[in-house]
Amino acid sequence: MAAKTLTIDGKQISAEEGATILQASEEASVKIPTLCHLDGVYDVGACRLCLVEVTGVPKLLPACTTKVAEGMDIKTDSERLRKYRRMILELLFAERNHVCAVCVSNGHCELQMLAYSNGMDHVRYEYTFPKWSLDTTHNLFGMDHNRCVLCTRCVRVCWHIEAAGTKNVAGRGGKSRIITDLNMPWGEADSCTSCGKCVQACPTGALFHKGSTVGEMERDRSKLEFIVTAREKQQWISAD
Amino acid sequence: MSFLDLDEFLIELAGAVDLVYSPVVDVKEYPENVDVCLIEGAVCNEDNLAILHKIRARTKVLISFGDCAVTGNVPAMRNQLGLDNAKNVLQCAYIENAQNNPNVPKADGIVPQLLEWVLPVHEVVHVEYYLPGCPPPADRIKAVLGQMLSGVEPKLEGANLKFG
Amino acid sequence: MIFNDLIQIKEKELAARKKITLRCCMAAGCMPSDAKGVKEQLVKAVAEAGLQDEVEVRGVGCLKLCCEGPLVQADPQNLLYIKVTAENAPSIVAALKGGQANVAQTNLDAAFFKKQLSIVLANSGVVDPERIESYLAADGYQALHEVLHETTPKDVVVAMVKSGLRGRGGAGFPTGLKWGTVAKSPGAKKYVICNADEGDPGAFMDRSVLESDPHAVLEGMAIAAYAVGADQGFIYVRAEYPLAISRLQIAIKQAKQMGLLGAGIFESPFNFNIDLRIGAGAFVCGEETALMASVEGKRGTPRTRPPFPAESGLHGCPTLINNIETFANVPPIYRNGAEWFAGIGTEKSKGTKVFALAGKIKNTGLIEVPMGTPLRTIVEEMGGGAPDGGKIKAVQTGGPSGGCIPAQHLDTPVDYESLGKLGSIMGSGGMIVMDDSTNMVEIARFFMEFCMDESCGKCIPCRAGTVQMHHLLDKIANRKATARDLAKLEELCDMVKNTSLCGLGQTAPNPTLSTLRFFRNEYEALLQPDQFGPRGNGEAAKQPAAAKQ
Repeated sequence: MAAKTLTIDGKQISAEEGATILQASEEASVKIPTLCHLDGVYDVGACRLCLVEVTGVPKLLPACTTKVAEGMDIKTDSERLRKYRRMILELLFAERNHVCAVCVSNGHCELQMLAYSNGMDHVRYEYTFPKWSLDTTHNLFGMDHNRCVLCTRCVRVCWHIEAAGTKNVAGRGGKSRIITDLNMPWGEADSCTSCGKCVQACPTGALFHKGSTVGEMERDRSKLEFIVTAREKQQWISAD
Repeated sequence: MSFLDLDEFLIELAGAVDLVYSPVVDVKEYPENVDVCLIEGAVCNEDNLAILHKIRARTKVLISFGDCAVTGNVPAMRNQLGLDNAKNVLQCAYIENAQNNPNVPKADGIVPQLLEWVLPVHEVVHVEYYLPGCPPPADRIKAVLGQMLSGVEPKLEGANLKFG
Repeated sequence: MIFNDLIQIKEKELAARKKITLRCCMAAGCMPSDAKGVKEQLVKAVAEAGLQDEVEVRGVGCLKLCCEGPLVQADPQNLLYIKVTAENAPSIVAALKGGQANVAQTNLDAAFFKKQLSIVLANSGVVDPERIESYLAADGYQALHEVLHETTPKDVVVAMVKSGLRGRGGAGFPTGLKWGTVAKSPGAKKYVICNADEGDPGAFMDRSVLESDPHAVLEGMAIAAYAVGADQGFIYVRAEYPLAISRLQIAIKQAKQMGLLGAGIFESPFNFNIDLRIGAGAFVCGEETALMASVEGKRGTPRTRPPFPAESGLHGCPTLINNIETFANVPPIYRNGAEWFAGIGTEKSKGTKVFALAGKIKNTGLIEVPMGTPLRTIVEEMGGGAPDGGKIKAVQTGGPSGGCIPAQHLDTPVDYESLGKLGSIMGSGGMIVMDDSTNMVEIARFFMEFCMDESCGKCIPCRAGTVQMHHLLDKIANRKATARDLAKLEELCDMVKNTSLCGLGQTAPNPTLSTLRFFRNEYEALLQPDQFGPRGNGEAAKQPAAAKQ
């Protein structure tokens, strides 16, 4: 496999052919913000937070799905990108009811972290205050649609890693929602193996272990990485 | 209350500013020509709205103070109940769940009417700066006030920027 | 089937033609006004007058002047009867033998007809879309025969490049280049897909082509399949077009029966099948990657490109995906030659474009004009201007992805580049005319609402951005917004345009941006003073908090 040399934020680096800009950026120690990306599952390029500028390309490109090319000159942190990223985050906060003060993930939430690192001290768009429900029919886990950002990480781990195919997306636009089986209560979704991978994958407080209260829901992504590494590389390495 | 956690900084602050109005200061009318006002709480009722409009007109710099002011937070959760949410929450609190004497308190000029929607402060008036947190801890308040006193544009960054 | 069979059927069909033909529009524009009843009564009246041997009553596709339907055209008298009712049938038949029918007619020499140049619509209103023989009589499938027996796939691509045809779905990507890319993509299995998921509000040209001349699309697809090396085609047509679906089903069945689709077409080694896939009403499925996901049976959401369909499309195979009108252009190009086609239109936009002319205009209907025709010719001469003494204010092209071109730019020629320069797009062919009673903020709000409802929900800028932009437009229209809101709207337009995943989101701000560009005063007139803005606005007046939604 041929290596490609490219420039990310002025740093010259090399990357394997077929690697994404996001993968290559790790070598350059450049942190590109992501939300729908999750190590171990395929990328969908949906959150648009990882958009980067590539010299000579008029469009912004998602780092998670764009493959590196020889001589690429990539900028990950321009004023324009910072502005767009903050706007995207504000849109997310205004879209559903992200009430940090009473959220199970408060303090461990990727959406919060992104807001902080992008300097979002308030939301300029009007909150829409939609009415969303809570599904607590499963005996171990709960789903709070108020906190969902529709990143579909739960759907992808459910299909790609667990291969249960319980989670899916229904509806369209702002009315899209994560469903279990044929839009039935989670507790009645027979295909669910109760593996809990979706709960580990969730970036916000949308999926949680029952019984967790404010700020108690911490995720352990190393479990997902362990499974993926074991399957793809036949290496049974635990992160801890 | 977390403002009072500023402890000894309060003394320093008192030397640099005049505290002209506060819920705990015995002044009934919001004065004119105020330099800075920290506004806490979401805009929930007619009184909140009237005083906020007055404050905006008489103040140079507004700081939205705490998650309720910045995001609407818990008080705004009634908005999720949709139209008529104000009527419905009163009904639920004072009639359906009343143990005795069920009725919605009503006294013109004393009990302000709830607004149809609870709004964060900046959706009602222009706000210059934001200081989120539930509650914003003393060191964060100190950071912002300190920046302002030294003539620096206040900006929360890093560990100082936090909701919830 | 060999070439001689084809010619024999054609000659038999022509020999069976009668002296007089009454062509009855049987397209979706006239059908709801009892076009079927008109045709039945005409057949009856012909029988009663004993003229069966002289007069043929033929159901045909769109006769174009949709606003005056049901339409019946008499040949060789060259009369177009309008607003025909079933009761008019005896009068029309009586007039065939001389005299005047007591039925309104329209002038076929009017600009609406005379300024048209029919390539895609050449068979529309002429052939019977439910009889393949009728299409064969119009030299149908001869181009396919010629291509299969006298041309290599490579030369087919070369001819397509030479013709200069560009995608008629809206973006105008060079068709020959697309074919060439698919042809060169390695893969044992390749697909050809026809995008018939026309969904722009007010657009009906693709539907009309399917209803009027379905075989032209099938033949175009077969030629394309030969060029790129595909053996399976799909037509993705929306469920809201039941008549088009039924005519396609009939056409595919007839073509298969005659061996014009299937295995060993024209006794060549070329195999090609076409299957229909019916859309379930999602606008976003007109986006090619969402469409392919839908054909695969998945949720119809777009994915990031690259890889482009030409490299990895349906089921991961190289896939050629073109719009109906693009495919319908293919047989005439091979019948008449690439040079002939390249001689029509402008330097960069070749051929003709079909438009569905609608809105505040006298003559609404289907038109096909050479590329480069000025908008003024279309709306003023052909369309007859605004009705009821109104003045034309703007022309909207490209539907929810396009923009409003103001009256002062009516001399703009219709081609991809000129429309693009004005912040609009060619689009698939919807053309909505607006007169001076039209509120441009309302127009922007209408299209934004459309995009908001049709956003698939996958990427955040489009899903949540359209909601906020719609809310801001709503606020402006309801006189509740300030200059700060307008600034917020413009900032969002820029962001959603530049960050959305697919074309739906990337173009959703276009109607707003173009109305802001040309009719900014209408927005500004609705803005309210910013009473509670930054300090310096005096004592605040009492005003209730802005109500939401």
